[in-house]
Parts: sequence; structure tokens; C-alpha cells
Amino acid sequence: MKRRSENTRPKAKKGIDWLPIGFSLLLLILWQVGVVINDVPEFILPSPVKVIEELIGSWQILMEHTLITVAEALLGLSASILLGAALGLAMGYFRTFRRMVYPLFVITQTVPLFVLAPLFILWFGFGILPKIVVVFMVCFFPIAVTFAQGLIRSDSGMDDLLKVMGATRWKIFRITRIPQALPYFFSGLKIAATYGIVGAVLAEWVGAQKGLGVFMTRAMKSFRTGALFADVLIVVLLSLILYKSVEWAERIVCKDMSNGGNIT
Amino acid sequence: MEQILAENVIKYYTVAPENGKKLNERLLVLSGVSFKVERNEFVSILGPSGCGKSTLLRLLAGLDRDYEGSIHVDGTDLKEKRVPVCYMLQKDYLMPWRTLMENVLLPAEIEGADLKKEAELIRPMLKEFGLEEFENYRPHALSGGMRQRAALLRTYRMRGDIMLLDEPFGALDEITRIQMQDWLLDVWERYRKTVLFVTHNIDEAVFLSDRVLVMSPRPGRIVKDIRIDFPRPRSRDMLLSSQFLGYKGEILSSLE
Repeated sequence: MKRRSENTRPKAKKGIDWLPIGFSLLLLILWQVGVVINDVPEFILPSPVKVIEELIGSWQILMEHTLITVAEALLGLSASILLGAALGLAMGYFRTFRRMVYPLFVITQTVPLFVLAPLFILWFGFGILPKIVVVFMVCFFPIAVTFAQGLIRSDSGMDDLLKVMGATRWKIFRITRIPQALPYFFSGLKIAATYGIVGAVLAEWVGAQKGLGVFMTRAMKSFRTGALFADVLIVVLLSLILYKSVEWAERIVCKDMSNGGNIT
Repeated sequence: MEQILAENVIKYYTVAPENGKKLNERLLVLSGVSFKVERNEFVSILGPSGCGKSTLLRLLAGLDRDYEGSIHVDGTDLKEKRVPVCYMLQKDYLMPWRTLMENVLLPAEIEGADLKKEAELIRPMLKEFGLEEFENYRPHALSGGMRQRAALLRTYRMRGDIMLLDEPFGALDEITRIQMQDWLLDVWERYRKTVLFVTHNIDEAVFLSDRVLVMSPRPGRIVKDIRIDFPRPRSRDMLLSSQFLGYKGEILSSLE
């Protein structure tokens, strides 16, 4: 028999999409030309070429700081994944628990991090632990909330069918709800991944010995705007790498989830 | 003795109040449904949409015990104890992340049965269900008819010898639907189970069934119990006979 035509969905084009790259390059060129023509001093706005020079010049020291920030971000993100998934599962499974903690979770997201970060230093010392906690505070929320949302959303027909087969509530969760909620989990994780590095940097701003945030404050205080931009460039690249890794993991885990499914 | 005995079943749904009203409204869905089904009988329940056919099947499946009157299956009161049945809905509910075999193994998996043994039992059946060689395919690679057959095979592997089929071919195109009907009768004659088949397609009901129970619009009750006296195995020719048209006319007039 024929394959259903609705399954021949358009595939994403292979290869690189040159339009955004070309456009970004154009902006960079305009930036370079603008800075050179108007003779803008470096401490106000460094040219892209100057930023690259700084990046290469301070490579050694930048990498030392990067290592710390990456460690903080990855540890914080890992904790968020483990605890966020557990909390999301508990929220999806126990209605009472959801009603109890959900408002609290929202409140944790409304307290300014600039207040929390110094408090965490008071509580957890000057090491990397308070930074990990800051990353966790930012990242667990989207993971827990989206996962819970995916678990709650269900087709009553599917549940009925499994109930008639004699499935308990936990079995229904294990067999259909959790797999169905995985795409939701990953969309939360993608949001979390973009916050991870920035969260660590922000925590370092408040007080740390090493990290891209520390380098940033030093570069700013000494008006080395070029070095500051180089630092930011690394933050951007790291965040992109993290995001892309999650996307890649999602593609592997969820490859059979979305196409032609008759469940959602 | 009859296998299913429903006596004066009354079912209300509680509807959330609309703006302004404070009390929940009670909506009468089934108003005194009584019928019997013999062992190995093929009975269709026919009625307009919203008449409570699916609700009736949900009660028989033991999914809802909040009703008045009584339903007995093999002498067991459904309000007291769940009786295992086979149940199938219009949507196939195949899990897209599982292969065909893994989907069909689901009832055994939930019961905690030996999956290897079950797979050995399923394999020869795949051929009869026209699914040979597709054991390791995922549902999205199968046609609509194949998916429905896979769902039916899974239904067959559920414990219980009553099949509750809730418009199983409702989402299929006419040609596939006809093929599926022929094939369902074929399989049924081989594996005999009691079938309760919900549909709103008159031809389908008459063609497949030993008896057709016609339901009134909501609140649903059974207005006609028609015995279909065609010999089995059935053939498509009967659709053109005057006897068939007679049954059809009888059903149509009872639906008015």
C-alpha cells in the first residue's frame, strides 16, 4: 500500500543558509568602515578587526577564564536538567504538588538575580558553588515548567485505552505521557541552554576570582572596550554551541516523535 | 445465557455551568438502555452522532461506573468489578515512537506477560492481518488501512472475549473502509469473539451484524432491535438485494 502523502513533509534544506551569514557580514563591514571613517576611539566603540586582535592577543588569559565559566554553566545546567526533570515529573503527576509549588517557582523567577547572586556568595562562599546555584535558578524553571506542561497535556482516548488494558496511572505515565512530553522537555531545555552561560557570567560579576564575568568587569574598569567585546564574543559563541548541542540531542531522542504521530 | 445484559441504564453527564449560572447542569445522555448480547454475536449499535453510543461503550469497558441501572458481563456486575474487554477507538492510538510489533505488544506489556512468547504468538497473526514484513516499521510509514489493522490486532491481543469497537473505520475513506469490513468479518469468523460495533453508517451495520440496535437521538435509548438474517460468510452481493434495502428502510424509518 502507498505511504500516506501527508508524511512527505518538506525537509529542511541541507547545507548552510547563506542569507543570515551574508547579512551579518555586511553589518560587520559597515561597522568597520563606520569606525574607521569617523575615527571613533577604541574605548567608545572598537572596530571588529580590533576585537579580533584583542581576542588573539588575550587568548591565553581569556581561555583560563572561559574554562571556569563553562564549568559553572555546565554544572548548573546539569543540576537543572536532573532536578528540573524531577520537579516537572512531580508537577505533572501530582496535581496537589503542582498547585503547591508552581506559584513559588514563578516567584523565584521574579526576584532580581542581582539581589540573589550576592546572597548566594554569603551563603555558599566565594567558590564556584554560588555561581552554579545562580545558573540553576535561571535554568531549572523553563525545564520543569515545559516538561510538566507536556505531561499534563494528554489525549483522554489514549489514557482510556491503556486503562482498559489494565494500566495503572504510573504505567500510563511511563508508557505514553513521558515519551509524549519529551519534545516539551527539550523546548524548555533549549531556553535553559541559552541562559546557562549568561547566568554564570552574571554571577561572576558580583564577585569571583576567575571567569568571563570577572574579565569583563576588569576590561570595563580599565576602558579596554576591545577586550570587553572579545569576551562577549566568546559568551555568544559558547551559548550558540550549547544551544546547538541541545538541538542535536533533541533530534536524536525525538526523531520518531513528531512525524505522522496519531497521538497528539 | 447471554454474555452482556444491560438493564435500564441511565447516564447523566455533569456539564460545567455557563456564565451566570451557579449550579452544574445535568445532561441526560442515556435514558433507560436495555439490551442483551449472546456469546459470539456480532451486534452493531447504530445511531445519530451524540446519541450516547460511545458513552454506552465506555460504560461497558468499565471506564465509568457512575450510572443508574445495571450492566452484567458474564454474570459480573460492572459496578462491582472490572471485566477485561478488548476496546478500540476511531483513532488508532499507535505510538509513533514504537514499531508496529512494539505497539501490538502493548497489552501484554501492561499485564506484565512474557513479551518474547507474546511476540511468537503475534508473528503468525501479522500475516492474517496483512501486516507481514512490517513488524519493525513505525506507524508513520504505514497506510491508514494498515494502521487500523495494526490497532485491531492490538485490540485482539487484549485480554477478554468481548470486542468493543467504537467507530473503528470512521476515519477511513470509503474504499478502504469496505476492504476493512470484508477483512474484519474474515478475521472474526476465524477468531470468534463477541463484537459490539458502534457506527453511524447504516450499510456497514447491516453488512457486518447479526443484530442492529438502533438508538434514538440524545437522550439515547434503543428504539429498534433488528435481526439481520443473511447467511455467513457474507458477500458484497447482499448489498444489492431487496432484503438488504428492506433492512435499510426499517432502520431509516426508526431513526426518524
